[in-house]
Amino acid sequence: MNYSPLTDADRQDMFSAIGVKSFDDLIANIPLTLRGRGLNLPQGLSEFELRGYFEKILSSGRTAGDFNSFLGAGSYDHYIPAVVPQIVGRGEFVTAYTPYQAEASQGTLQAIFEYQSMMAELTGLEVANGSHYDGATAFAEGILLALRTTQRKKALIARTVHPEYRAVAATYLAGTDHTVEEIPYTRAGGLDLDFLKKKLSSEVGCVAVSNPNFFGMVENLTEAVALTHGNQSLFLMTGHPLSFSVFCSPGEWGADMACGEAQPLGLGLNFGGPYIGYFAASHALMRKIPGRLVGLTTDRCGKRAFVLTLQAREQHIRREKASSNICSNQALCALAVCVYLSSLGWDGIREVASLNIEKACKLRDQISKLREFEIPFGGTVFNEFVVRSRKPLEPLMGKLFEKGILAGHALEKSYPELKDHFLVTVTEKKTDAQMLEFTECLRGL
Amino acid sequence: MNFPKTLKYAKTHEWARREGSSVVAGLSEYAQKELSDVVYVELPAIGREVKQGQPCAVVESVKAAFDVYAPVSGKIVKVNKTLEANPSLVNTDSYGEGWFFEIDPSTSGEWDSLLDSGTYESVLQESAH
Repeated sequence: MNYSPLTDADRQDMFSAIGVKSFDDLIANIPLTLRGRGLNLPQGLSEFELRGYFEKILSSGRTAGDFNSFLGAGSYDHYIPAVVPQIVGRGEFVTAYTPYQAEASQGTLQAIFEYQSMMAELTGLEVANGSHYDGATAFAEGILLALRTTQRKKALIARTVHPEYRAVAATYLAGTDHTVEEIPYTRAGGLDLDFLKKKLSSEVGCVAVSNPNFFGMVENLTEAVALTHGNQSLFLMTGHPLSFSVFCSPGEWGADMACGEAQPLGLGLNFGGPYIGYFAASHALMRKIPGRLVGLTTDRCGKRAFVLTLQAREQHIRREKASSNICSNQALCALAVCVYLSSLGWDGIREVASLNIEKACKLRDQISKLREFEIPFGGTVFNEFVVRSRKPLEPLMGKLFEKGILAGHALEKSYPELKDHFLVTVTEKKTDAQMLEFTECLRGL
Repeated sequence: MNFPKTLKYAKTHEWARREGSSVVAGLSEYAQKELSDVVYVELPAIGREVKQGQPCAVVESVKAAFDVYAPVSGKIVKVNKTLEANPSLVNTDSYGEGWFFEIDPSTSGEWDSLLDSGTYESVLQESAH
């Protein structure tokens, strides 16, 4: 069988079947000015020349590793043990997609099952799904789930949740009859409990809070959770997942759901993606959670087997009644998280988390002693904190950039009230020398 | 298939039975056979107002999930909690232990709009052709 697609003879056959002479005849009603005029491309390059061309472009770019970087704000530069890319790169695992065919995909399904088990343990909740595309979409799906489960119209979202997560949630809710109201933060940078108390009503189905919050602060959520549950609303917690190993996890705070970004658990910065959203919930919500779930069962011979489970929740079966359109996950990223968490173990995870806290506190202490800078929010932090510059921030950031230092994330764009404030992130990768270089440069400005 | 003459039926495959002033409802044998093994039942909250023909429960089997519709309008006064722990009762005893909920009807006229067993069977036969 000849498999050449669309030969001239094929075209001619089709033209005569529909009664035109040529392709131009077929599109005669499209004005000439709107038609493509062909591509004006230079001559092709040899493989050798092409490689040189791209290498030149690549070498003009710089990555976080080329700087002394204190950027975070949702994307974290943690150390990734060599075993992670080694295993993730194995051909057997290469798929971006959830495998349907259990009989041919036991390895991938087991990896997702292990990922779910570890995320459930880390978040302190009873069930975790096979992951979402990123933290923002996981967060938005969590809000939807809460509103649909409670059959209420309104979500209260803390202003100290990542601004991009709030934006994505607003997009998800646009066009529905659901509404969102922001819970402001106090002068100390924490959740405004008085506001929450006032706003809780029979309309509110969901309260969503970040802990650590976007300013890096870790808060006591006991009262917020009690107030929320007293109102028969569901409590959603997001936040840096490594912090859950040393501070209370979402489950320990009493949250019904934990939805956020698992990129810090073994994925690189990757220029913003692919990332991976974690989604965990209480047993009571199990049949409503969106996305893929892998379960453990036995085959007909009694042998252990992993399969996709509870699929009647999902859109391809429940159609318009499903709680979500998501019928996939980030399989390869979930594998990376799975390998990262297993290679560190509980002790290792806690050690990394503790290093983040120690180093962040150390740098905060150093910066707080500088005359031109101030730490506006006190309290417990995980690996980030806010700094206010007494001088205009933009030129200052520029000077630091020239010295090879990324000072952090300027907050004014998302928080106009925080002019000249920036968010500084310190992971376990920062050395004493790098932190000292940073403070010395700040002092000299 | 068995469609007791003492019951009334809806085209959406629910059965209904009067019990005092209330109406008890469940899924017909045809529906439970189509569903195959039921693994989960989501029941309405007690006190919820329902309208005839509107979804008020969900039944999930190994192959699909379906809505269960209210055969008459009114208020949910009882639900069969044993289905939460033992959903297979929908398969094994669809007209008895597998009942779903009990409605206190808000009007009396809707009862007569439900089908008797003979009409329901002919509806099933028509849709099979």
